[in-house]
Amino acid sequence: MPEIVYPQESGEPVVVDLKDPYWAAFFAWAWPGAGHFYQRRYAKGFLFMICILSTYFFGLGIGQGRVVYASFKPGDLRWQFVCQLGVGAPALPAIIQSMKTKKGGDPYWVLCERFPADYPNSSLAFHKITPENNNDYTGKTIKDGFMAPPGGMNKPQVRSRVQTDTLGRWHFEGKHYFEMGTLFTVIAGLLNLLAVYDAFCGPAIITPAQQEMLESKKKKNKKKSKQ
Amino acid sequence: MNVFSSVVFDHLLLAAIPQIWYALPLIVVVSLVYGATRHENLREIFTHSLRNAIWCVGFMSIIFFLIWIAGFWN
Repeated sequence: MPEIVYPQESGEPVVVDLKDPYWAAFFAWAWPGAGHFYQRRYAKGFLFMICILSTYFFGLGIGQGRVVYASFKPGDLRWQFVCQLGVGAPALPAIIQSMKTKKGGDPYWVLCERFPADYPNSSLAFHKITPENNNDYTGKTIKDGFMAPPGGMNKPQVRSRVQTDTLGRWHFEGKHYFEMGTLFTVIAGLLNLLAVYDAFCGPAIITPAQQEMLESKKKKNKKKSKQ
Repeated sequence: MNVFSSVVFDHLLLAAIPQIWYALPLIVVVSLVYGATRHENLREIFTHSLRNAIWCVGFMSIIFFLIWIAGFWN
């Protein structure tokens, strides 16, 4: 049960009880703020939870639930997901969706259906199927799933074209919100890594002794520059 | 339109917000979280966050100004 004491120039020293730092770090990763709740640092736990989760869900919202997905195939290497995974459990449905759609299966939580890439009326390829444009199409459609990779992977011979175009369609329909949503969710994931560090090691407080050392170094450097 | 887009676009009217304002919540959140990793007391966290936010806005303003100036060479 490590306890860190930070001496202060004035007032009581700051004491931080990290409990089991490994568990705290795991909880902090799994749900932003949970590691701090485990350590009974409630104020910081709430602060991390509100800041990180609101950023993440806002990004996911403006990205229409499509900006967090796991895909590491040639042509669609979603490196941003590595950063988004930093937010923990809220990003995990993307892994479930990736596994579900890996071999051409339909995703869970379907948002909409689209005409396939080889649809005879090529101007409708990748377009959403709506009551207005649906001419009783009975073939296999492309399904957009919540936090699922871009669909259309069921035809290996046109894999790269289909993959790229569905993603392109998302960018086109979402306008700048797709990029903005990606940015918000990536930043949320990266910020949670800071929270994990804080849960594992405690805050990076500069103690009076360290402050003194920094100031003396600054003075030395100034003297050197004058000479 | 799915539930997400109808809530976000129709009700919150995000489409009417200029893109630059999306930086504001990010600056606030990044400053608060960074401040929280440097202090334990809320008062110190908020003070540190405020300084960070001012620094961020200042830095962004400098970059904005440089890009704006560079635009005259078009």
